[in-house]
Amino acid sequence: MYKLANPLMRKLLLVGVLLSFSTLSLAQAKYEGIGRQATKDEVAAWDIDVRPDFKGLPKGSGTTARGQEVWESRCASCHGTFGESNEVFTPIVGGTTKEDMQTGRVASLTNPKQPQRTTLMKVATVSTLWDYIHRAMPWNAPRTLTVDDTYAVLGYVLSMAEIVPDDFTLSDQNIAEVQKLMPNRNGMTQSHGLWNEGGKPDVKATACMSDCSKHVTIGSTLPDYARNAHDNLALQNRSFGAFRGADTSKPPANKLPEKGGFVLTSAGAESVTPAGLFKKHNCATCHAPASRAIGPAISEIAAKYKGQADAMKKLNQKVKLGGAGVWGAIPMPPHAHVPDGDIDTLVRWVLTGQ
Amino acid sequence: MTVRKKTTQFGRVKKAPENYVSKDLFADVAENGMDETRRGFLRKSFLTALGAAATGGVVGSVDAAEGEKVILEKQSWQTTLGQPVAARPYGMPSQWEAALQRRESPGLTRVSAASVAFAPLQGFFGIITPSGLHFERHHQGWYDIDPAQHRLMINGLVKEEKVFTMDDLMRLPAVSRIHFIECGANTGLEWGNVAVPSVQYTHGMLSCCEFTGVPLSTLLDMCGADLKKGKYILAEGGDGSGMTRTIPMDAALKDVLVCWAMNGEMLRPENGYPLRLVVPGIQGVSWVKWLRRLEVGDMPYASKDEAVHYIDLLPNGLHRQYTTIQECKSVITTPSGGQQLLDKGFYNITGLAWSGRGKIKNVDISVDGGNNWKRARLETPVLSKAVTRFNMDWTWDGSPAILMSRATDETGYVQPMIKQLREVRGTRSIYHNNSIQAWKLDVNGELSNVQVG
Repeated sequence: MYKLANPLMRKLLLVGVLLSFSTLSLAQAKYEGIGRQATKDEVAAWDIDVRPDFKGLPKGSGTTARGQEVWESRCASCHGTFGESNEVFTPIVGGTTKEDMQTGRVASLTNPKQPQRTTLMKVATVSTLWDYIHRAMPWNAPRTLTVDDTYAVLGYVLSMAEIVPDDFTLSDQNIAEVQKLMPNRNGMTQSHGLWNEGGKPDVKATACMSDCSKHVTIGSTLPDYARNAHDNLALQNRSFGAFRGADTSKPPANKLPEKGGFVLTSAGAESVTPAGLFKKHNCATCHAPASRAIGPAISEIAAKYKGQADAMKKLNQKVKLGGAGVWGAIPMPPHAHVPDGDIDTLVRWVLTGQ
Repeated sequence: MTVRKKTTQFGRVKKAPENYVSKDLFADVAENGMDETRRGFLRKSFLTALGAAATGGVVGSVDAAEGEKVILEKQSWQTTLGQPVAARPYGMPSQWEAALQRRESPGLTRVSAASVAFAPLQGFFGIITPSGLHFERHHQGWYDIDPAQHRLMINGLVKEEKVFTMDDLMRLPAVSRIHFIECGANTGLEWGNVAVPSVQYTHGMLSCCEFTGVPLSTLLDMCGADLKKGKYILAEGGDGSGMTRTIPMDAALKDVLVCWAMNGEMLRPENGYPLRLVVPGIQGVSWVKWLRRLEVGDMPYASKDEAVHYIDLLPNGLHRQYTTIQECKSVITTPSGGQQLLDKGFYNITGLAWSGRGKIKNVDISVDGGNNWKRARLETPVLSKAVTRFNMDWTWDGSPAILMSRATDETGYVQPMIKQLREVRGTRSIYHNNSIQAWKLDVNGELSNVQVG
């Protein structure tokens, strides 16, 4: 959020705008009639961000007791009673110490064996957490917490992490003091080459062309258990062209398949449920379950042919060869490309629902 | 009945006995058509030919000509009426293309509304990603927002805070640019070791499309942005996550676009319909979807996705914040991990190269695990901050091979080995892994994901 500090400033700026009207950018004049001035209320409604210097932070406060109430009713189902849950999201609380609060660096982050990073191990700025909760939480109902409840929940989270006492009241007045306690407040660096264009890369490789690495060693391969963990790769590649997908449902073959030797019957096969076939053959373009579309509803067809002994055969022909005149002026086009077996399945499904 | 001289060999079809029909008879049938007398001659010719070939073990129908059924026999698509125009008013891919889909990586994320669907790079051609296969990444689910209800607000350090409707924006002078978009976490699963089997999952958070919209600089100009103090832009999404990312003003003025179209049509809902930011060369998270607000400010915002997520852990315990540029990178897409070569012989090695710092200058390919390299052909167009397609002829002799590609961009930066990245950034960095990818080809024709060195 960026707001002009006070009304006087605003007036001064307005004068400035008026004075400099003749030098106003060409674009403002050029694109006449495009866009309009935002109202003050509109900007207030949407300008919800809170910066590290707390610009944009609304006035308000909340107790940890209230925070606990909100937490248990709105947050704990995903994040766990103590913010430690690893079930739905990664944990929020844990992994920080009193020493970290003194140094502003979470020591366990230097341990390469540290299994997981909690939110409070990572985040340096308490403003981020306020903004995060207010903007995007709860997960399935974002922006439904009041300003005071946002303070309350954030205070409760910080109390679970033992950053503030159990009976704390967090507010716009003391949040800057809380910032000074954040365990990883000194844990961020912006000195790297990936932020601004022209930034200096941190590695410098060379484009060696020959005899670059006489002893090629393989440092890591896909573990056997992961071979089929992304399902059968044969079904994730075309069944024609320069390459196939490897049949990862089986162990690797012991020889080259050669042409015609690699047969995967299920490749590209869609679901053979009637609903799947209905979709696959684009029946839904014209037919809906219970309402008239371009063609009759499935329910209408089922009702019309109910009890007719030759209905299967008759409709089979109509699907295959097309037909006209039964349901109105628009003819049913022929579907000679649909395999007979599929037509049988579809007609039976239309007539019997099975 | 078709009479045909066998000249080429397809698949495993056995070679036909040569010249079993005399030239005279062939000419006669061709000129006068088939009757019973000529049919009789033909039958005799076949029997003779079969007799001659019997020791060769030719098996085939006496009645059929020699060759492939798909050629010799009429197919249903030749003998029946095809589909009418507009049978599918919005065209869809062939039913035979169903294998190529966006897919999740099992176990990568826990809730599918804040997850990733990877693009099937192993099946792409050229440089443009089909709109329906553009990778997906949402932080709180996707929406299909009514464009009549969508607004873009610009506020902060501007002379006039403004609101634009889609009607407003689409009246402005539009430009169309082809750019890649890559998630900062692309290849992030591979920092420590090989984790996933195919290029879809190692590199599939990459897409490249033509985007159409208005330069952000035009909009900032219209609002009278204070470029002296306003060194940063905050871009905010209209979704539940309210995605917010800081963009340095230099980049914002240079080539950032506020876009409504992708590949010639409006954006897909999964890609931010009706409005998204396009930030060339910068990681995908900054390309804020369902864009509702741009704020001009004088400091970075440390939003949730730049202070809790999308931060890169270094071995010394510090996190790099605001890592955004996607450095030069390439990958061989075919043949690639999880693919299968059927036979020895000629193949085209092909793949994609891209750089967030400009154009691709060279791509080199090694088939021996990085010991020797050859320069690949770059296909046109070679565009700044877009993917470039590369190709190289290759004949596989059937022995084991390790295929790698290495790109160099116009700044002279050379794509590094994973070892070089780890020396600086360790193995827990998650984001910005642009290392050289290796695919090992075994004698059984199967390729797998490996790390060299």
